[in-house]
Amino acid sequence: MLAKRIIPCLDVRNGKVVKGVNFEGIKDVGDPVECAKEYNMQGADEIVFYDITASFEGRGVFLDVVRDTARQVFVPLTVGGGIKTVDDIRETLRAGADKVSVNSQAVKNPQLIKDGADIFGSQCICVGIDAKKIAEDKWTVFINGGRVDMELDLIDWVKRVEQLGAGEICLNSIDADGTKEGFDISMLKAVCDSVNIPVIASGGAGRIDDFSEVFEKTGATAALAASLFHFKELTVGEVKEHCRQKGIIIR
Amino acid sequence: MIAVVDYGAGNLFSVKNALDFLSLENKLTSDKKEIENADAVILPGVGAFPNAMKMLDASGLIDVIKTQAKEKPLLGICLGMQMLFEKSYEFEECDGLGLIKGKVDKIIAPGYIIPHMGWNKLEKLNDSPLMTGLGDNEYVYFVHSYQAYCDDCNISAYSEYPDKVPALVYDGGFVYGAQFHPEKSGKTGLAILKNFGGLIK
Repeated sequence: MLAKRIIPCLDVRNGKVVKGVNFEGIKDVGDPVECAKEYNMQGADEIVFYDITASFEGRGVFLDVVRDTARQVFVPLTVGGGIKTVDDIRETLRAGADKVSVNSQAVKNPQLIKDGADIFGSQCICVGIDAKKIAEDKWTVFINGGRVDMELDLIDWVKRVEQLGAGEICLNSIDADGTKEGFDISMLKAVCDSVNIPVIASGGAGRIDDFSEVFEKTGATAALAASLFHFKELTVGEVKEHCRQKGIIIR
Repeated sequence: MIAVVDYGAGNLFSVKNALDFLSLENKLTSDKKEIENADAVILPGVGAFPNAMKMLDASGLIDVIKTQAKEKPLLGICLGMQMLFEKSYEFEECDGLGLIKGKVDKIIAPGYIIPHMGWNKLEKLNDSPLMTGLGDNEYVYFVHSYQAYCDDCNISAYSEYPDKVPALVYDGGFVYGAQFHPEKSGKTGLAILKNFGGLIK
């Protein structure tokens, strides 16, 4: 049966790895290609690069990072950030990404999901979603790095995303992100119960038990973390071994 | 030299990257002569079956691949593996290359997420030179909604989802197929590609 995936995420700005806490106070450390190779050695099931560069020049540098990584790391690579058009998707896949992650632009222009899925296949279209709790069992979707509330109901949005042809959802909890107090179990459960495509849990991982908990309590098929792995508080290998001991199927 | 057949379907660069990493000389090509002169052939593929067969036909490569498959190692990857079979029912009935007996049809897995996407375990069934050196707990990376239905004797390894999904197939001669992506399957996938490179005489 399919193994649950552990996915380290690398936020990249101007060709360097950064990690924001609650999207603010960014620290700048590390060469992304070296980081990806290290994660690969640790047993990462997939690697996510997220481009937070704003400039056109930065984009070229970022795609070079993707290209270099694809020459040396042989697990699936997902690339997000700054993807606005079908041409952006094509360019990113050509650089060596296996999947693209679209977030804000998918909310502004949902047709991008459908066009991307029709042209390149659902398997390479991951929709990233930042959401925040507004009431009991109610969440809304935010864009632009969690800054703008679109007043769009999360459950309505994930169903729409599935219907448009997305192959996967990466669900980030704005409330949990950066807290290190665990994944947002109730939000993940609500989303996993609403769709029949894989859901990646993102935001909030701080302890090793958070990973086994998210697989035991929700239908998430993968768990993603950035700073935890980046600052070597835990290795991907340690997390996988822990989950394996808990009886979870892990590669 | 391994000829990686470029007929316009799918991203071939990840296959090329993996072969380069393993120092296996290779070339992306749609040239009949180059394929004939190669020591081995890889047939990749992403997308839908009928379209891929049409593109292979339009490139004038169907006959050359069928002929080469009798003389030198051929590895079909993902859709390229499915194309090795006789027929597919993806969207419409469509002839494949007919190099291995069997058909391609939807994965039947009620209650399971389709596509079958992610890391699944290889369950060994019959020996294959491509599995030399592999252990009993090897995972490989799949992305597909259709699968092969064929005789057990042609299945080297399968995965469970929840029924048997042929993962590595072999005709007993020169023809090999991988439903998963060896070029995306970490160390296990690289070992399989290295074994394929080792078949070159």
